[in-house]
Amino acid sequence: MTAIHPLETTEHVTMPVLGRLAAHAGRAEQIAHIAEAARQIRIQDLKLVYHAGAGHIGGDFSAIDILATLYGTVLDISPDRLTDPERDRFILSKGHVAGALYTTLAAFGFLPVADLATFLQPLSALNGHPNRTKVQGVEANTGPLGHGLPVAVGHALSAKLDVSLRRTYVLVGDGELQEGSNWEAMMAASQYQLDRLTVIVDRNRLQQGATVKETNDLDPLPDKAAAFGFAVVEVNGHDHGELLDVLSSVPFRPGKPTFVIAHTHKGHPISFMSNNVAWHHKVPNEAEYHQALTELETVRHPRFGKEH
Amino acid sequence: MPRTSVADLPRFDCRDAYVATLSELAHEDHRIVGVVNDSIGSSKLNSFRKSFPNRLINVGIAEQDMVGVAAGLANGGRIPFVSAASCFLTARALEQIKADVAYSNHNVKLCGMSPGVAYGELGATHHSIEDIAWLRAIANLTVIVPSDPVETGAALRWAAAVEGPVFVRVSRMSVPQVNADDYEFVPGKAVTLREGTDVTLIANGTVLWRALVAAEQLAAEGISARVLSMPTVKPLDVEAVVAAARETSGIVTVEESTVAGGLGGAVAETVVQHHPAHVTILGVPEFAPTGSAAFLLDRYGMSPEGIAESARGLLRHG
Repeated sequence: MTAIHPLETTEHVTMPVLGRLAAHAGRAEQIAHIAEAARQIRIQDLKLVYHAGAGHIGGDFSAIDILATLYGTVLDISPDRLTDPERDRFILSKGHVAGALYTTLAAFGFLPVADLATFLQPLSALNGHPNRTKVQGVEANTGPLGHGLPVAVGHALSAKLDVSLRRTYVLVGDGELQEGSNWEAMMAASQYQLDRLTVIVDRNRLQQGATVKETNDLDPLPDKAAAFGFAVVEVNGHDHGELLDVLSSVPFRPGKPTFVIAHTHKGHPISFMSNNVAWHHKVPNEAEYHQALTELETVRHPRFGKEH
Repeated sequence: MPRTSVADLPRFDCRDAYVATLSELAHEDHRIVGVVNDSIGSSKLNSFRKSFPNRLINVGIAEQDMVGVAAGLANGGRIPFVSAASCFLTARALEQIKADVAYSNHNVKLCGMSPGVAYGELGATHHSIEDIAWLRAIANLTVIVPSDPVETGAALRWAAAVEGPVFVRVSRMSVPQVNADDYEFVPGKAVTLREGTDVTLIANGTVLWRALVAAEQLAAEGISARVLSMPTVKPLDVEAVVAAARETSGIVTVEESTVAGGLGGAVAETVVQHHPAHVTILGVPEFAPTGSAAFLLDRYGMSPEGIAESARGLLRHG
């Protein structure tokens, strides 16, 4: 078992603050910005989980490219606009990957980097699941699964009532879609024609102890989402260019909410973690930590391919 | 002793006060919206829908989504009043009430319609006797059980003005008006409707008037019963309960809910910690059988005669 490492120092909190790249930057520049942000977020998240002795690193790494794309360029929000009602909203429904969200918020200036040192420590604001009343930039308390999408529907409805152009993005896990509340929410989103709502599914095909297919299969997911009235798009969830193009060009069909199925791997891109069900909430030992760090710092990863 | 018994006063459906107040509030404040689970008719919200067609959001028969949607509407700056049968609102969406509304401290007003044994004949699935105990256990949430149309309106008006999550029980059983026309709801405060020195009756909701009639009957036999109206179950008026424990021989609590963890539980928790006293808890002790709400309340000792008898018993044996 992995030893718990008490936080005697905060030397592991070393993340650069990158900030959001304005939309008028060129596509190549944006992609490079997102890629570097994702790399830095993964390095810091690895350190966070290793030093805290807990966390959900597999799901964190599955979602980080999506988070980096949203916060790096797509979302019209910034740390000085958190009280602006017209800001875009992002809701992390798979709340157990709070570590990835906190690290992302720090990378883009919403959360002091130094605060990351308190992750999971006694009395820290950085719980194992995000809390909107404790952490700036968090829009909804999540953790129990199946909560984020209904809340996102409610926000998108409020925007529609306000005749506002603000957008709502919600990231759900694929295993999470086994909760019926998501399908209740999808029906309502479709009924109310919430085309400024985008659901992103982190489709890593793994849940806590087994594959989604072995547990309670979601397929054919695109057909199901389409049948619920969504415009469905599939992307490589680790390809920043694809993510950028898709997430910045929703809605695809006027009057329809968007359902983005982002194909991902848990633990991506670490050689021994990627697509390995064991890494749902396993904590790396010392050797694994150093190897993962080396891979993130030095290895140029092959392009993530669709292996599904 | 009043010349007319409370029992003889005209009766009202609190849902009429609910929709009238909500409509007034919606005229005053554009942020107010209704959120329902296909419960427009049973919440009497048809006139609200007519006045504010876009501001009544019906998510269909989907309570988890309904409460999550309300939290999201609050995130967008709206003040949602969720309106659904209390048995479904509180049981099916309990985790959403806890996580999305209370823990998130979202500005959502949860209105549990037709609570207690209002749906008496429909059976125990439709009786909402556990709602107070469940919601009282959740932090951040104010739990209000109004007793008449005046209090229902006043509590809703207060809920709309305060930032934060509130649960209000809205009865469909016909009840007399027991509060004054100019009644102002004060959260966490009991109202002494009758002074008394021998015994204290503490009640709220649809059974408060029954406690008042019981007090009239006791007065006729020379027993002085204090009647405390306790609209806010959480936070409870500890001071009033402790004074009752200190100044009278015991307390009878009366509520249209389970005897476990409701108003009686809150009163009992309070007296054992501050001033031990005898407490008789009247409520529903089991899955109730079929029967009208009035029949069931009588069956469980909450007729005026039953309440008076509990008070006498407490004085005899307390």
